[in-house]
This record gives sequence, C-alpha cells and structure tokens, in this order.
Amino acid sequence: MNDPRTDLCERVLGLVDGRAEAAVMVTSVRTGLTRFANSFVHQHVGEETVAVSLKVANEGRVAAAESTRVGDDALLALVESTLEICKLRPVDEDWPGFAPPDDVSDVAHHDPATDDASPSARAAQVRAFVDAGPGLRAAGYVDSESAAVAFASTTGHTATARATRATVDGIHQSDTSAGKGHATSVRLSDIDGATTGAIAADLATRGAAPTDIEPGHYQVVLAPECVATIAVFLSAYGFNAKEYLEGQSFVDLDTQQFDPAFSMWDDVTDSRALGIPFDTEGTPKRPLEMVRDGVSTALVHDRRTARKSGVDSTGHAIPGGEVWGPFPSNVFVAPGGQSVDELVADVDRGLLVTEFNYCRVLDPKTQVVTGLTRNGTFLVEKGAIVRPVTNLRFTQSFVEALAPGSVLGVGSAARFADCEFGVGVVHAPAMRLAAWNFTGGARG
Amino acid sequence: MFDFAQRAVEAALAAGATYADARAMVTREESLEARNGSLESAERSERAGLGVRALIGSSWGFFATNDLTDAAATRAGETAAHTAQASATVAGPDLVLADVPVRQDHYETPHAEDPFAIALSEKADLLVGVTETMQAVDGVAVARAGLSFWDTEKFFVSSQGHRISQHLVEAGGGMDATSMSETESQRRSYPQSFGHFETGGYEVVRRFDLPGNAGRVAEEAVALVTAPECPAGETTLILESSQVALQIHESVGHATELDRILGWEAAFAGTSFLDLAQLGTLTYGSPLMNIVADATLPRALATFGYDDEGTPAQRVDIVREGIWVGVLSGRDSAHIAGLPPGGMVRGDGFNRLPMVRMTNVGLVPGDSSLDEMIAATDDGVYMATNRSWSIDDKRLNFQFGTEVAWEIKNGKLGRMLRNPTYTGITPQFWGTLDMLGGPAETIPWGLPNCGKGQPMQTGHTGHMAPPARFVGVRVGVRG
Repeated sequence: MNDPRTDLCERVLGLVDGRAEAAVMVTSVRTGLTRFANSFVHQHVGEETVAVSLKVANEGRVAAAESTRVGDDALLALVESTLEICKLRPVDEDWPGFAPPDDVSDVAHHDPATDDASPSARAAQVRAFVDAGPGLRAAGYVDSESAAVAFASTTGHTATARATRATVDGIHQSDTSAGKGHATSVRLSDIDGATTGAIAADLATRGAAPTDIEPGHYQVVLAPECVATIAVFLSAYGFNAKEYLEGQSFVDLDTQQFDPAFSMWDDVTDSRALGIPFDTEGTPKRPLEMVRDGVSTALVHDRRTARKSGVDSTGHAIPGGEVWGPFPSNVFVAPGGQSVDELVADVDRGLLVTEFNYCRVLDPKTQVVTGLTRNGTFLVEKGAIVRPVTNLRFTQSFVEALAPGSVLGVGSAARFADCEFGVGVVHAPAMRLAAWNFTGGARG
Repeated sequence: MFDFAQRAVEAALAAGATYADARAMVTREESLEARNGSLESAERSERAGLGVRALIGSSWGFFATNDLTDAAATRAGETAAHTAQASATVAGPDLVLADVPVRQDHYETPHAEDPFAIALSEKADLLVGVTETMQAVDGVAVARAGLSFWDTEKFFVSSQGHRISQHLVEAGGGMDATSMSETESQRRSYPQSFGHFETGGYEVVRRFDLPGNAGRVAEEAVALVTAPECPAGETTLILESSQVALQIHESVGHATELDRILGWEAAFAGTSFLDLAQLGTLTYGSPLMNIVADATLPRALATFGYDDEGTPAQRVDIVREGIWVGVLSGRDSAHIAGLPPGGMVRGDGFNRLPMVRMTNVGLVPGDSSLDEMIAATDDGVYMATNRSWSIDDKRLNFQFGTEVAWEIKNGKLGRMLRNPTYTGITPQFWGTLDMLGGPAETIPWGLPNCGKGQPMQTGHTGHMAPPARFVGVRVGVRG
C-alpha cells in the first residue's frame, strides 16, 4: 500500500493531467508543545494538519499555491486556480525547471515513540525541569514534532521521508538572574528535563545579584547558543547563494576569511541531524562544507541560484526561497579539544556569555550585528569566574569576530543549541574569541 | 462552520473542560514579489481548519485540525480537554476568565475593492514596473517590490454562548532599492521598510502611489553609498513617523502586554520592566506622551469587531500624559490583574492558541509638525525608515538603525547621512520627547510580522505615529 501522502501527490498530478509540468509536496505534521511559566504549565497545545503545495510550470510561466483542504473538490479547485494563475504570469527567464529523478539519502531521523508522544510524557519532562530548580521560577517548553513528507513531480522524481524532533528549552529565574538549559534530539527519550533544568538552575543561581560592567572590547567565551547564532547568521546572510549573487554577501570563496580553528558544514546525513533529506524542490540535501579550516569553500544553492551559477543545486531550497534564497538547516560547527572550564581558564580578563538575544543585522555585507546578552553573563579574571554582570548590548561584525587569529579556543562538547532561526538548526561548541565589542550596558 | 465549532465546544465540555471555545477559520492569502523587472513569485494559499481551546484548572489545552468533519471536530474538542488535563502534573493557581458581554454578531472589514478580484496581471504589472523604474537609476543593484493580501473568515463559538462571525480583509506591500559599495550595502524603502499594511481592499495599495515614489527611493539609495557616516554622540533626534511606529511597537506595545508582565512569555519573548504595582504612578515618558490601544480605528491593520475570545474591539488608554495607566490584556490575564479585559487576544490562524496581541497601539497626535521640529532644532539628526531593531528581554535597552538620516543645522536639513543608529533606555528616552507632530502627519502604520509565542506566531499590529522629537539621545553606535 502506498504512503497516503504519495497517493495524494499522485491524485494532484492526475488532476493536472498533463496540462503543465508540476510538482507536488504533501506534508503531514503532528506537533505537541507543553509550555510552562511561573513553574507551572499554562499553555498546552497540539496540532494535526495536512498541507498540499503545488507548483506548475508551462513554457516558463510558473505559479504556486498551497492548501490545507484535501477533499476531491478542493484539490480540483487548487489545481485549476494554480493553472489559471500560471497563464497570467509572464515568462520567468530564470526558471530552472523541476528537479530530475535522483536518489535521496536514507536517513534515520524518525522515532516512532516521539511521533506518538503524549501530552503527559511532555508534562513529565516539564515536571523534572521545574523540580531541578527549587526556589526558582521556571519557564519554557517541551515539545515533540513529527513530519511526514511526500514529493512527486512530472519529471518522474519522487521522494518520501519522515522525521521527528523533541526539545526541552527553558530558564530558571531568581529575582535578579536567569539561566538557560536546552536539549534537542530526534528522540524525546534522549532529552532529560532534570539535567537541562539543573543546568538552567545552576546558571540562575550563580548569576544572582549581577553588577554593571563598563562596555568596551572584551575577550569572550561564548556558549554554544551564541556560536549557533553566529553560524546561522553567517549561513543566512553569507553562504546563501542568492545573497552572494546579488553582491550582498561577505563571502569570498577560496579565501582565508576565518580563523583556521573555525570550520562549518551542513550535513543532513549525520546521525545526529534532524529533518528530512530533501528540500522543498525535491532535491536531495547534499553534505556541504561551507568553511574548512577558516577558508570559505562553498555556497548553499537551490535550483534557481544553481542555474544562475552554472552548478547543481545543493538541495537547500526552503519555503519562500524565491524571495529569501537557499538556507542550510543542518549546520555543524567543528568542535575543538577544550572543556568550557579550560576555555575560561585561559582568559586573563573577559566575559563568559551564555546566550545572545534579539540579534539584528545592521548590514549584511559587513555582518555587523547588534544584540544583547541574556540568561547569564559573567566576568572572568585570571582564569576564573569572579562575578555575574548585568546584560550588555553589543555591536559587532560576526565575520571580524572569527577572523584569522581571533579564535583562541574551541570547546569539545558540541550540541544542538537554540539560535535566532529556530531549534535543531545548528550543532555548535563553545568558543573563545579574542575580542567582542560591547557598546552599552543594561542601563544604557 | 458554526456547527463544527459548536460540536468541538460541546465535546470539550463533555471531556471535562470548565470552559471551551472554538474558531473555525478559512484564511486565503496572496503574495507577489518582483525583483529587478521580473515577477519573482506569485503564490496563493488557503488554510482552513478548526482550533479548540479548553480550560481546566491552571492550563489551557488547545488542539487544531484541518479536517473539517463532524467526527474530527468532536475529536478536536476531546483532545483539547485531555491535553489540558495532562497539565495537572505541573499545576498552578486556577485560571479564571474575566466577564465579557456574550454576543451573537457579525463584523466585516469595510473595503471597496476585493483584492483577490483584481487581476493578477494588474498587480504584477505594478510591481514589475516600479522595480524597472528603480533599477533604471544608475547604481541600484537590487530593486524589489511586493504585495500581500489576506481574506479571513472566522466563526467563533464559546461555551458561554458567543456566536460571532467575522470577515477580515487586509492589504498592503511596499518596495525597496539597494545599492552597494565595496564594503557595504544601502537600502531605501517605501512606504516603510517592511511594507505598509491596512485593513481594507485593493484601494489600500492604490493610495501608496508606488510609481510616483520609485525614482526618489532609488536615487536616495544610490546617494547613501557616498553619504558621510552618521557621527557618534549625543544630540537632538527627530524621528520620521514610521520609525516612531516601530519605537512604539518595541518599547511600549510589547512592554505593556500583560502576559509578559505576568511572566508567561519569560523564556522566549521575555518579560517587561513594568510591575503592576506601578500602574497609575510610573512615569513612562514626558507629558506629551499619550498612548492608546484602539482596535476600532478605521483602516488600521489591527482593527476588527471582536478578538479571538469574543471580546468587543475597544480603545484603551495605555499611557496618559506620560503616566503608565493601562495594559494589553485578555480575559485570563485581566482577571489576575483585576482589570477589565481589553479584547486583545488573537491567534495566528486556526492552528495557534490565541494570546495577548497588540491591537493598534499608537500615539495620540500632538500639535507640532515636522517642519516646526526641524526649524526649532539648532543641531540634531533626522532619521527615517527602520533598518534594524533590537531590544532586551525586559523592553528597556534598545538600539535601532534607520535607512537614512539628515543632519540638522540651525533649523534646516543638511547633508544626508548613512548608517544612522540610536540607542536608549525606554522610560528615559520617552521622557525626552519634547515635540510631537499633529493629526495631519499621523499615520496608522501596519506591521504584518510581529513574532511572539511558542509555537511561534506572526501577528498583525497597527501603530498610529506622528513624527516626534527627542533631546539628548545617543546616536551613531557602530561596531
């Protein structure tokens, strides 16, 4: 028996009935999210939905539509209206055509138990997180998500995949501080609310009663959340081939733009990775080195940017990619050989930063970003943490921060870390950097 | 559609909910994007489904499905209640809903031209044409333009007897031109950097006059590349009205959301520097500062008949003559605070739990004008159109960048400046407000991209904003 999503794809292609080239993607999602604040669950949600995405092309005229209605009449209406839109569109001179048949990697990113995770199972993880911080206020979420995707096109290319993800992400708060804990995996059984909660509670306890520090340039030890944010900004605004083709990227290929200690790649086939192994155009996601030993080596492509560049797509098309360009969602930053304690021990005077907050690009080409610290910032002197400090604002070029000679140490324990672009996107270690430009304190 | 919602509510009650409501929704969206003389994308989507909310003890349970059948509606109601019950292992104080009038009603956005009935070719020609105009200006590297339209039908039923249907129509868009130097890029946008959106039909877009502004936008983008950098220091700052709108959004709107004040968003969006004990006494800004949240304002993007709890749209004072006097609230949060519910709870589609959302949060106009502000400034900077925005998790420490600035010397606009930024602390900054534009220069700016909640929701908010002058502001912060 066919996968029901594949059947749906075939029904839609049957309704197109040769009147245009077409590609169909059907996505079923089951999600549950247990949200807590003030140490109790206040919002507990679930969703089961199916969406059909259709793209048609007729002699270079292209149109796309999506619907959550999957009845016969609704699918017919979807097809007919998309074909009508197609007729009205001008010829797209850069239309790259639909993906040809290709083999998709067989990845094991689906866990049946996580797919079936109950609200009670998630609530039990919340209970453990909350209990790990007695006397503190906990807030955050535990979620479980599964997606089943089928793709089919008139080129004969078909693909199916399933994936799951589970995350615990939360903070413990005292009256003057907060600390964060985060864990993400394919399997809910891999994450541990008690351990994650204990990390958050320890940071909140050590961060209590912070005092101000003068803004300025400091050496920093950045926890994985910070490094993940840097990596995702470099990916979205730099290694995105659309940004590159339009001259808005900082990337200079085959050039030593970063410190030799910095390497970054995208690899959905990694056993730790999340998600499905093909992109929204059906193209298999190819493992890709973006930075090797500090040298910028490759861009991520969808079919449109690949055609303009005369190369093959790397399989990084995303929803809305015509506007935003391709994006890597399985990014790994190379770990090093030091523990966080060892990174701190090498700092004469600097700051340990656990998380960035609200980062925004001032200029994509220079990667100057402003943001703040959050959930634990500590002054380090002569190799030891001496006191917590209040949150700081920074205005810093992410490229310059990783420039040759700037990465002084890399942590050995990499993990999935939260970043501005969602969870499970970047797997990153901690990192010690020579300088970071803090431009303001919590009071201005 | 009412029947599906009613069936879900009854199932939730039967499964143990003390209160339940449901929204059956159909949302159609159309978006078009053009770049450098080509139509880059034209997409339509339709999202239809049912979302059910069930209250048990201290927790909401919520479940959504796109399966619009009787059986699925019943299962959705039951699942919402069972999900709420599962929260009992980590329980807190029971949630109680503040009273609101129970209504059976229909509301429709006033609109003249159905945006979905306008030929796609007319919209495409408009966007392609303005990108061609911008790109024809020597030095423009990227010219973009886009339009988006939403048509939403909502059918709301509650276990208290609400039965409300609404038909909301929203429209808008914008354009921008980007120029490059060897080391950086510069951009100018119109009407504002995220596009401008209102409730209404295609007449919203016709009012923009995109063709009439394309050439100016492109020329300013090119001029920025060679403009001197905004100097660093402390100075008098005049903000153009769309930047005032974002300043309100980030440093007043989010800060006065009651769910943030109560700690419900602490882990993600953050909390607020405000403490309910200070309501009615805290000085938020200068006496010129009067902020209202008004969901009844004609044309504004966050205007509706009822929020997603069935509470009628209303106007609420938030800051009066510089004193903090009000919050953005829903039925549960208002009861905790002992305040009347503000009708400000909305969800991003049928599959998201409604939460406190800004309505049209904006400034009551003053009696000055941009020209008068400039004339009254010996030495200062005029900044226009947002380019970057960042604020801390208590909504205190902010830094904004704008696309362009002009220096002000001896009461006159001078040189164009590039890379302008300014930074401040919320109440201190608003305390320096000393001149405010009048009604003629007050625009109900609409933002379609406000992120909040987990799972993430995108909200549509409005912000009435005149140009405004602030004194002693730190500008020119760069890396």
